[in-house]
Amino acid sequence: MSHTLHRRLAATATAVALGATALTACGSSGGDDQADSGPVSLTYWAWAPGMDKVADLWNKKNPDIKVTVKKQAAGDDLVAKIITASKAHQAPDLVQAEYQALPTLVSNDALADISREIGDTEKEFAPGVWQQTTLGTDAVYAVPQDSGPMMFYYREDLFKQYGLSAPTTWDDFAKTARALKKKAPDKALTTFSSNDSGLFAGLAQQAGAQWWTVDGDKWKVGIDDPATRKVADFWGGLVKEGAVDNQPMYTPAWNKALNTGKQIAWVSAVWAPGTLTTAAPETKGKWAMAPLPQWTKGDNATGSWGGSTTAVTTDSRHKAAAAKFATWLNTDPQALAALVKESGIYPAATAAQTSGALAEAPDFFANQPDFYMRAAAIAKTTAPASWGPNVNVAYTAFKDKFAHAAKTRSGFGAALTAMRDATVADLKKQGFEVAP
Amino acid sequence: MTMTATRRKARGRGKPYGAKAAPYGFLLPAAVLFALFFALPIGYALWLSLHKAEVRGLGLGKGARAEVWAGLQNYTAALTDPELGHAALRVFGYGAIVVPVMLGLALLFALLLDTERVRARSFSRLAIFLPYAIPGVIAALLWGFLYLPDVSPFHHLLGKLGLPQPDLLDGGPLFASLANIAVWGGTGFNMIVIYTSLRSIPVEVYEAARLDGATPVQIALRIKIPMVAPSLVLTFFFSVIATLQVFGEPTTLRPLTNSIPTTWSPLMKVYNDAFLGGNVYAASATAVVLAAASFVLSFALLKVSNSLTKHRGNR
Repeated sequence: MSHTLHRRLAATATAVALGATALTACGSSGGDDQADSGPVSLTYWAWAPGMDKVADLWNKKNPDIKVTVKKQAAGDDLVAKIITASKAHQAPDLVQAEYQALPTLVSNDALADISREIGDTEKEFAPGVWQQTTLGTDAVYAVPQDSGPMMFYYREDLFKQYGLSAPTTWDDFAKTARALKKKAPDKALTTFSSNDSGLFAGLAQQAGAQWWTVDGDKWKVGIDDPATRKVADFWGGLVKEGAVDNQPMYTPAWNKALNTGKQIAWVSAVWAPGTLTTAAPETKGKWAMAPLPQWTKGDNATGSWGGSTTAVTTDSRHKAAAAKFATWLNTDPQALAALVKESGIYPAATAAQTSGALAEAPDFFANQPDFYMRAAAIAKTTAPASWGPNVNVAYTAFKDKFAHAAKTRSGFGAALTAMRDATVADLKKQGFEVAP
Repeated sequence: MTMTATRRKARGRGKPYGAKAAPYGFLLPAAVLFALFFALPIGYALWLSLHKAEVRGLGLGKGARAEVWAGLQNYTAALTDPELGHAALRVFGYGAIVVPVMLGLALLFALLLDTERVRARSFSRLAIFLPYAIPGVIAALLWGFLYLPDVSPFHHLLGKLGLPQPDLLDGGPLFASLANIAVWGGTGFNMIVIYTSLRSIPVEVYEAARLDGATPVQIALRIKIPMVAPSLVLTFFFSVIATLQVFGEPTTLRPLTNSIPTTWSPLMKVYNDAFLGGNVYAASATAVVLAAASFVLSFALLKVSNSLTKHRGNR
């Protein structure tokens, strides 16, 4: 299969060669950001389903700025693709990028600062969301699109059957898991999955962790901070004593466990109804959503899991037009309504979260008609997140180290240290200054 | 007459310029393609492997990242990385199962199909070959679902029979499970290669053997196998290279289990470094090391097999 690699390298080499020619070709017309008079056409790499239909709405209203959506890849794969394309100066005008990917893209000089072009868009978003697009600087690198405030999902019917109630604190959560194991040893409250680092990141975020912070001219890595350690020890303990399962999510086995009620709860985010619809179709109407359990009784915080932004690339020759589209896409009521309908996203724009588009609960949760009203209230309590330039390395380390720890049910302390060490080592190797 | 005359004249004066250049002209397309799509990318990978990214300050925004000379730094890092060593060991273990089992089965099937009184020959040939036509990722997914304890029919059946139910995606069985996918997919192809060379053995040889009183088993062992030795070497060669490059199957099975790390095979490590870690420089160095290892191994294998055939020839 190294053919693939060779092919990739070949593609890169050719792309670089072609890029160089393209660069010389348009060298004379460089720096023409203002050349937005006359019709321009923009390409947009996105993976959200139905994005082309939303772009069509724009194209109908704005014949002078034509946006073409291209589905190139999703998530981390798209990040790799954007960086490669950007090196060859062949990046599209607009890209969809997850929040945690922004520092990586900015550090590869793939994203343009659009603070001048977007005006006062900031007021449309919650500060915790917006801050992730500025990376704590004066620049603005993207417009938030959707967010994934985390919640607790549980089988209402089975909870009633076993005499359980939705836990309000993590302490309660552990007790609930143990109580269920006592009553039905073959069932589990949920699983700790090592194959989606976003879940763990969100849980740490809720506990107040700051994984990457800036200390003067240096990056400070807080993956091993007390808040994260608390989360890791909590879940590591539950897995160790067998109170929750240790198998990964998104497998046929996991689908079956949810569908047959072998697992009766899921710590997830606002997009869970969509996943449950396909993973556990027979449990429609049997689930309920509650706020995430808290570390201290009476607290009110959640983390976020997933969510992405629309960013303008440094390669774009029409940055102002691109920024205009990005702003429209993520703040215009009509665009957001279309995004909710066609792409099934949960909009990051505060006004849209309580808008008509989200008036009705998702089909799967018809039994909870105020689903989105409660979701909007929960979204407001999202703790700030902080990302750094090598999130992917940390995430990969999480997958490997925590998978091993979950498999051997040996607690997560050592895995967390290893994850931090791998992240710091990579930063240093890349030449970043790391604060101790 | 005139033509002969002109020709003779031309020959007399030596080849005209056009004729001399002709071979180069014919070579040109191949040479250009080779340079563009083979030499250039390899050269670029080599160049990348000798460089690294250098970051200034926080590394955000324009001009924060520069490509600088790294010397052999990436190579020492790759060669001293315990993960790469572990990955190589895992692949070695995997290959130790795949290669003998797959080639053994391929040879056995080829010999069986080549016997005279075989029924449904073309059907069997197609049936054994068919898995090869199934894309590797699909095959891995298919088997992955069959291995997953909670949804596996095998597991269910073993439980019903009161037999132990091993977790096929963990520990030792994991190697067997991964090897099984490769064997299932690759046996048919190798069988066809061996079978084709069996068919090219002249029938007279068998007639002579039979007149001498050789049994079918003796014919297989003493005549057929030695005569298809070159194709066995070839298939062995292909299989070893395919093993070194294993990537798709473990990558596809990885999300299903806690037991396959992202660096399970050397190529997975290269992929990870390049496309998840964003470090194409380290990835290129590892890829070059891997390519060099495959090259040395292939060369050694060829040398050994050549000396073996020569030895037999001299006998």
